[in-house]
Amino acid sequence: MTITTRDWALHLGVIAILLAANFLLPEYHRGVFSRVLVLAVFAMGYNLLFGYTGLLSLGHAMFFAAGLYGAGLPLYHLGWSVPVSFGTGLMAGIAVAAVVGVLALRTTGVAFMIVTMMFAQVFYLGTLYFTTWTRGEEGLVLSQAMRSVEFGGWSLNLSDPSTRYMLALALFAVVLLAMLWLVRSPFGRTLVAIRENEERMRMLGYDVFRAKLTAVVVSGVFCAAAGAAYGLLFGYVGSGFASIQYSILPLLWVLLGGAATTLGPLLGTLFMFYIIDYSSGVTSAYLLVVGVTLILLVLFFPKGLLGSVRERWLGWLP
Amino acid sequence: MTALVETRALTRHFGGLKAVESVDFRLDKGEIRAIIGPNGAGKTTFVSLICGRIAPSSGAIVFEGRDITALPAHRRVRAGIAYTFQITSIFPRLTVFDNVALSVQRRLLSAGRPKPSALKAGVGEALERVGLIDRAGTLAGNLAYGHQRLVEIAMGLALEPKLLILDEPTQGLSDGEVEGFIALVREIASDATVLLIEHNMQVVMDLARRITVMNFGRVLAEGSPEEIRANKAVQDAYLGTGSDG
Repeated sequence: MTITTRDWALHLGVIAILLAANFLLPEYHRGVFSRVLVLAVFAMGYNLLFGYTGLLSLGHAMFFAAGLYGAGLPLYHLGWSVPVSFGTGLMAGIAVAAVVGVLALRTTGVAFMIVTMMFAQVFYLGTLYFTTWTRGEEGLVLSQAMRSVEFGGWSLNLSDPSTRYMLALALFAVVLLAMLWLVRSPFGRTLVAIRENEERMRMLGYDVFRAKLTAVVVSGVFCAAAGAAYGLLFGYVGSGFASIQYSILPLLWVLLGGAATTLGPLLGTLFMFYIIDYSSGVTSAYLLVVGVTLILLVLFFPKGLLGSVRERWLGWLP
Repeated sequence: MTALVETRALTRHFGGLKAVESVDFRLDKGEIRAIIGPNGAGKTTFVSLICGRIAPSSGAIVFEGRDITALPAHRRVRAGIAYTFQITSIFPRLTVFDNVALSVQRRLLSAGRPKPSALKAGVGEALERVGLIDRAGTLAGNLAYGHQRLVEIAMGLALEPKLLILDEPTQGLSDGEVEGFIALVREIASDATVLLIEHNMQVVMDLARRITVMNFGRVLAEGSPEEIRANKAVQDAYLGTGSDG
């Protein structure tokens, strides 16, 4: 199984549509899409571990926040440039994911959920404890001046809506194509097989622990990239992003869009964002609307939007 | 004859239960060896110790002259020990092709990045040997039970093992399937050593050149089929209660 022309056409097509959307969408919706694209990267990272590897983590806010703070703190306190801060965000993600992975992967199933959640709580409380640097719940506002990028006389303004959209799309495109490549690679097949029957994989000679650890780290890096980009593009770094809510959200997005599908996370994130957006405009009980929608989806599309499409019509979807 | 596997005083206790107790065992290259014994005799635990699924309490395991006692299971598989589970263990939601491809992929990965053509050839060869080539596109979980067992054996073969351990391979197979299986094991034995746990005496007597009888975690007797048939202790412990023999 290599990447087919059909795979390329679908994924590049989606990227092309999103590119066109930058010029076609009304201002408000372009802003929404910028956020959704970055959060979809978060969801794709989560999906690698949850959907493809079968490891349900309840602590992914920690990886998102590792990127957010890893990029935001040096930018705010040390005045490091945007590209370097993005790099430190990724590094923070790798470090946190490697350490948490080594420890949490000693467990499986429910214990894995609890252990990852506990680590994430520690991280969250850490962001509150070190208020001197993080300013806790209130957070840090990264000013427009801090976030401007200069390349020899040429400057990039990250608060410009079009620039922001294009950067979000660039990150999304890179991670989407990386996911496609991963899923179609021997390593991707290894992860899916571990999800299906771990003991059999061990007895086929696969180093299951190493494969799972690699999955945690890659997943952590994608989520950290999303976190770092979110902080840098939208100029705010706060401990709310490390809270349990941000561990649950990627799970919902992925379930909605379709676990173990490359494009499901985008659909799920987009769908959820607009449900909340519209329903909160109509009623203050918007969470009720979200809940009912989720229940309906579970009833009629138990495998998520794209998961159900794949099951019923398009078996080849990656 | 050189020994492929040797165990020395191999022991595994589960709490107070002595599942395997001080077993000295030797298996030569090219052999087909059957392990028989009543339920709970420690047969599955013993082969699990050899393939690394279970760690021993004490004792040593030597494979091709090398002490592998401390080697994790996946490294033993790469060294050439393949295992098929007592309860069929395949990937039911993947196709037959993909099931076997995971085996071939593992073997090819040791030699670098696997090429799709080499993968396809390896899978084709293994499925050809077990006679499932025309079912390659079927989901493994949709196959009949006997065919699922064959998928698992194909996965073992695709690893090109030096030692293939089959844990009650004919359990649940029809008489016709058992016949086919006997022919398959003979064919496999032309380039691999086979260690099988088996309850079907017909299969054991047809295939094994030597038989090891276990009871209460120990080796009760070992010898050719004729010797085992004539052994008084074995008859008392095992054969005497069956209809064969």
